[in-house]
Amino acid sequence: MGFFDQPLTVSHYLVIGAVLFVMGVICMATKRNAIGVLMGIELVLNGANVNFVAFGSKYLRESSLGLDGQLIALFVIVLAAGEAAVALAIALNFYNNHATIDVDNADELKG
Amino acid sequence: MLLAAINWQTFFFALFALVACVFAAGVVFSSNVVRMAFYLVISLGATAGLFFLAGAEFVGAMQLMIYVGGTLVLLIFGVMLTAQERFVSMKTNGAEWVVSLVVGGAFLVLLVSVAFSVDDWSSPNPNQEKLGVVEANSASTVGAGLVGLRVDKLDLEEGDLQAPGMSGYLFPFVIISIHLLVVLIGAAYMARTKRRASA
Amino acid sequence: MQTEWGIWPEVAHIVAAMIPCVLILHVVAVGALVFIWMERKISGRIQDRLGPTRVGGAFGWLQTLADGIKLLGKEDLMPKDADPFLFRIAPYVAFVASFAAWVPLPFSIGWVAQHVNIAVFLVLAILGLEVFGVILAGYASGSKWSLFGAMREAAQVVSYEVPLGMCVVIPVFITGTMDLVAIGEMQAGLFTNWLIFHDPFTFLVFWVYFTCAVASVNRAPFDLAEAESELVAGFHTEYSGLRWSFFFMAEYGSMMLVSVLASILFLGAWNGPIPILSPLTNADNVFLNYLANLGGCVNLIFKGVLGVTVMIWVRWTLPRLRIDQVMTTCLKYCVPIAAFCFIGALGWQTGGFGVWRDGQRIPFINDMFPAHGRWEVREGWTQFDEAEGNDTSESVSAVGDGAEEPGLPGAAVVDTLQLVSKQDGGGG
Repeated sequence: MGFFDQPLTVSHYLVIGAVLFVMGVICMATKRNAIGVLMGIELVLNGANVNFVAFGSKYLRESSLGLDGQLIALFVIVLAAGEAAVALAIALNFYNNHATIDVDNADELKG
Repeated sequence: MLLAAINWQTFFFALFALVACVFAAGVVFSSNVVRMAFYLVISLGATAGLFFLAGAEFVGAMQLMIYVGGTLVLLIFGVMLTAQERFVSMKTNGAEWVVSLVVGGAFLVLLVSVAFSVDDWSSPNPNQEKLGVVEANSASTVGAGLVGLRVDKLDLEEGDLQAPGMSGYLFPFVIISIHLLVVLIGAAYMARTKRRASA
Repeated sequence: MQTEWGIWPEVAHIVAAMIPCVLILHVVAVGALVFIWMERKISGRIQDRLGPTRVGGAFGWLQTLADGIKLLGKEDLMPKDADPFLFRIAPYVAFVASFAAWVPLPFSIGWVAQHVNIAVFLVLAILGLEVFGVILAGYASGSKWSLFGAMREAAQVVSYEVPLGMCVVIPVFITGTMDLVAIGEMQAGLFTNWLIFHDPFTFLVFWVYFTCAVASVNRAPFDLAEAESELVAGFHTEYSGLRWSFFFMAEYGSMMLVSVLASILFLGAWNGPIPILSPLTNADNVFLNYLANLGGCVNLIFKGVLGVTVMIWVRWTLPRLRIDQVMTTCLKYCVPIAAFCFIGALGWQTGGFGVWRDGQRIPFINDMFPAHGRWEVREGWTQFDEAEGNDTSESVSAVGDGAEEPGLPGAAVVDTLQLVSKQDGGGG
């Protein structure tokens, strides 16, 4: 009960952002599927976005970033869309050329 | 249970946060790539709920529209194009799991301790009661910010408004638009079907 | 539970939240009931036969209920290769998305489950999530037909969101708000105030919107995802019984949704062509206002049903497009036309096409026929007090010396501009 009657703070959001971020990092590190790695990147960006929105929220903090937080979050979302398009194109090209989607096989430049 | 004492903001925060984190963990620990995509959809959707709670409704709707409705559909599209039997679930070996979990856990501890290290962050806003999220009404301020007007800082002094960083986001907005155009063309170029000269 | 009285407000909140949900659920479910019957009757007439005639009397109007009961009794099959979790959850994803998109949608002045100031955007965003149900169903069925259907759906929906978004932006910038209630109220008055008659470009873009809406809810001639002549039944090949019917409820729900959205954005929302109800709306009596709202609600639903009827008519008249033709329609026709209309309407709104009145240019041609208080409803920016001629807005309290004409579209931005230039000494 102690948790639910407390008002929200920025720290609450930061913890969620941290969890999403770390999950994304682990996802990027462990997945062998190129698209799985891409999903990890999305999670990382999303975790960062949670932080931006939390710092920009007038509701959570009296002296907030204001609009800056929300606008940077918007930019992150839009850039993530572009990033996903390019990364997906790379992944599909890789799949076409190597007939696999396993990133461990992308080692042609290895000496 | 004292229902009246519940701060409903916190309650819904906990709800959305739980969904977001559990399904983010689902993304990490599932080995089936299509299920990963589905979990990611739910996780990002719940995050949009968190944005709504923080009063950033436009960002939340943007998250639903672009991230969940656009980017992830694209991702799932990619998944389906490459979803052959042997690529659907690819296992990671144990050693990699151990290493990445240790690193990730250490990172998580660091970030969480940072989150609670600043008093200003961990103390609630005293105006929260009277503020209310409904009045945030941020869509038009965000729009004005994108075309170069900072209507949220109108109480600043005359000199401060002309200081760098106070003039809105028109320039980054234009740069990002052009960037996106380039990305679109580049992605379409890379993903097109290539006809080999020999074939 | 310490005191009985401590719990009552919370229960009241929950009940108050449930009522709109139940009402909207009825709009979707009863809507599906009616539309399926309607579709069968109309298709029958188009194909020169009668359609259902027996169940429930003269017109077979209980046919859908009979179908529903039959579906309830069907065995729930799942293919061996299916992904059980995703297969089970996919119909609900589709239905929930179609249902949740109704939440910010107003039915009359103030009759809205949740008044959101970015309602247009939110409706489109949530409606876009319906595609996940279809994609998941297609993948999880473990069948090639389903997978093909899902792939087509993914490609089609992602493509058609682009022109759809562009079409929707046009009414948004003309009215200066994304709040559907405000957009509806701005079209009050004679039917010339409807945004479809605002200028030639909006007239053109309405048809583009309708095409894209048909495509984005997967109706023929764009129903590639379930093309029965090629893909058996597309994404729902492997579904049966109640789960299958959830897909159908989602489809009819979103058909009605895009039609209602079209009515609000272009066709005057809950305002009839001739404002016979406006004395009731403006009356001091709450009951009369309620009556006016009821009339408006009926009006809006009538327009929505009209849109759905046109969709049914189109479905049974036109042949299905090929997938490359679908993409061509989107990328070579809808997007350029929408972009052209966007630029055109923008030029109309800000440029030289406007009408002059009292020495001032009025970009909104329909301001020739003044509706009541178009400017009062602009997202809390310029709430104009007519009696005193003073701007009573709190967020932009510095503006408003009473001398300027406040009625221009985009007044909010103009005011802000003036305010900012006042503050930083004419800089930009």
